[in-house]
Amino acid sequence: MIYQNAQVVIGGEIKKLDIRVENGRIAEIAPAIKGDGLDLKGLTVLPGLIDMHVHLREPGFEYKEDIGSGSRAAVKGGFTQICCMPNTKPVADNKVVISYIKNRAEEVNLCRVHPVGAITAGQEGKELAAIGAMKSAGAVAISEDGKSVKDTKLMANAIQYAADFGLKCLCHCEDESLVDGGVVNEGYSSTFTGLKGSIRAAEDIMIAREICLAESLGLPVHICHVSTYSGVQFIREAKARGVKVTAETCPHYFTLTDEAIRSFDTNTKVNPPLRGERDRLAVIEGLKDGTIDCIVTDHAPHHADDKNVEYDLAAFGISGLETSFALSYTALVKSGEMTLQELVNKMSANPAEILCLSGGIIEEGAPADLTVVDLNEEWTVNPAQFVSKGKNTPFAGRKVFGRVKMTVVGGEIKYKE
Amino acid sequence: MNRKDLLGLSELSAGEIDEILTLGLTMKDRLRKNQKTLTDLKGKSVTTLFYENSTRTRCSFELAAKYLGAHVVNISAAASSVTKGETLIDTGKTLDAMKNDFIIIRHPMGGAPKLLAKTVKAHVVSAGDGMNEHPTQALLDMLTMREHFGKISGLKVAILGDIRHSRVAKSNLYGLKKMGAEVTVFAPRTLMPAGLDKMGAKVCRSREEAVEDADAVMGLRIQLERQKGGNFPSLGEYAEFYGVNEEIMKHAKKNAIVMHPGPVNRGVELTCGLIDGDVSRIEDQVLSGVAIRMAVLKLLTEKNQ
Repeated sequence: MIYQNAQVVIGGEIKKLDIRVENGRIAEIAPAIKGDGLDLKGLTVLPGLIDMHVHLREPGFEYKEDIGSGSRAAVKGGFTQICCMPNTKPVADNKVVISYIKNRAEEVNLCRVHPVGAITAGQEGKELAAIGAMKSAGAVAISEDGKSVKDTKLMANAIQYAADFGLKCLCHCEDESLVDGGVVNEGYSSTFTGLKGSIRAAEDIMIAREICLAESLGLPVHICHVSTYSGVQFIREAKARGVKVTAETCPHYFTLTDEAIRSFDTNTKVNPPLRGERDRLAVIEGLKDGTIDCIVTDHAPHHADDKNVEYDLAAFGISGLETSFALSYTALVKSGEMTLQELVNKMSANPAEILCLSGGIIEEGAPADLTVVDLNEEWTVNPAQFVSKGKNTPFAGRKVFGRVKMTVVGGEIKYKE
Repeated sequence: MNRKDLLGLSELSAGEIDEILTLGLTMKDRLRKNQKTLTDLKGKSVTTLFYENSTRTRCSFELAAKYLGAHVVNISAAASSVTKGETLIDTGKTLDAMKNDFIIIRHPMGGAPKLLAKTVKAHVVSAGDGMNEHPTQALLDMLTMREHFGKISGLKVAILGDIRHSRVAKSNLYGLKKMGAEVTVFAPRTLMPAGLDKMGAKVCRSREEAVEDADAVMGLRIQLERQKGGNFPSLGEYAEFYGVNEEIMKHAKKNAIVMHPGPVNRGVELTCGLIDGDVSRIEDQVLSGVAIRMAVLKLLTEKNQ
């Protein structure tokens, strides 16, 4: 198959090139390759997007999402590889669940699905999970996502033991005692709504702790979904000192603030919570100067019943796979904050590098994972059109630029609009 | 007043508040004359749906509805049943199907009345939701002030106590600011929420500063569970450093009044001398409560006809 006449994001540049794919790999990249192919005139080809932080809910919560629906949402959103978090039922803390997820993903056969194992058994924070066995079964990282490992010594052990297997800890940063049941960011909006707030320090303290551990141990950690200006600064300073820390954020942290909660719309309830304007701007700065390496969705699909309740009772999370690229492109590239190449790195090459995944690059010999987008198409977010089972988005009605037209995984077209 | 529900004072205009207070004064006169067989709500049904314990507010709403001739049903659900039993939306639909005209809801979670109001055809009146609003409490406080001083505009009102967890403080702040009063607040730092200055309150760092030149001084209830939560060491220490006493009241205007939404911890938020003395309007607030709820029910039902 030859993909012809597209603008290709390659080697930090955008060039008009043709791409010939053979046996699932990129065989040739050149201007005007002869032969019958697919005309992509007017479209842009990106290295296949990678989302290293999603929740697929299977096994255990198939009413919210399953590996099939989540994968369909992923390829519709332009993602060729996704990493799924272990807070399933049962928890992905052993090789059986990891293998199950891998097998189900192979049956579904859409995007590449990489399971993330739990740090502790049952995510209970008491004993290490079977990290070696999970790695053998295909886990690409470990995470306690949804909470922090409270016991600092255990966390230090986890970072060290995981490093023996070449795995990183993906750190959800939240000091439980400080959050103390808070559901939104503490500030004017929490006072206005009377919803219980939690202060930035609840996130910052744990970010700082994980950085201290990484520095002391000389081992890497990855900070999940950074949302505070102070957290961005902690990571920036640590990187400057040479600490092996990487970080991610989500589109909602650079497109929304806690002003959105004033409607009591439970689709704005997310963990960490939407913060203030100062935080939003700092997250963008962090993305621009390289403090924040990746953009992830933290795709957290929920059934309508989980959201159509009192704000305090509603589940945390946003269904993000189908809006991530367009929200990021509109907020960061269209607005002039960064180049398309820089954005694409945050959504492909960088997560690939952090997790040692192949892909994230367009070059001869690389896997033929490609995302084809129309950067000029403006469209309106409509959750009714989501293929994810989770229709929970605070972005309904928002106009965005950048539409995913086609997603190619291993040379096969897995999604085409 | 042209609206289906009363969910909070943040959404009411000064004109609407004035309309409620004006009718409230009329209702208060009627209550003083013992006129309790009015017919404004004849044939209407009112259900009180309380997910939180309350004696005063529920009794006040129930009597207000009965004095206006309505049928009243009381439902009290323990807060725990919310998390496991029927959802609020399903409960609302059930009450709607039974042809309720009014649902008076108290709920431990902010925004719950709004969720209910979106779901049901019945008028929804908030009787307090979490740390969000308690609109009828603020309206009754303003009714007491308006009757006592003849106006609200230009008054200086000091609110002291657990501001952080207080829906009463916030509703009062919204209402009083809209009616042209000045509001000062004071609390231990642990019980002071962020952003009150942005809502128009003057956030003070001492009792004396808050009460200085005040026309009305309002104490807010301190719940013992807040002490257990580590917000202050003991009720005794609270009373000593944060309570309102006769010495502190010397900073207020000479004819200043003392108010409290109740139930009061005697000797904690206010000294017994203030609670029982001539400056206290606490009992009058209770009468205002019934009157203002009669006014609210009547105004909401009128707009529906």
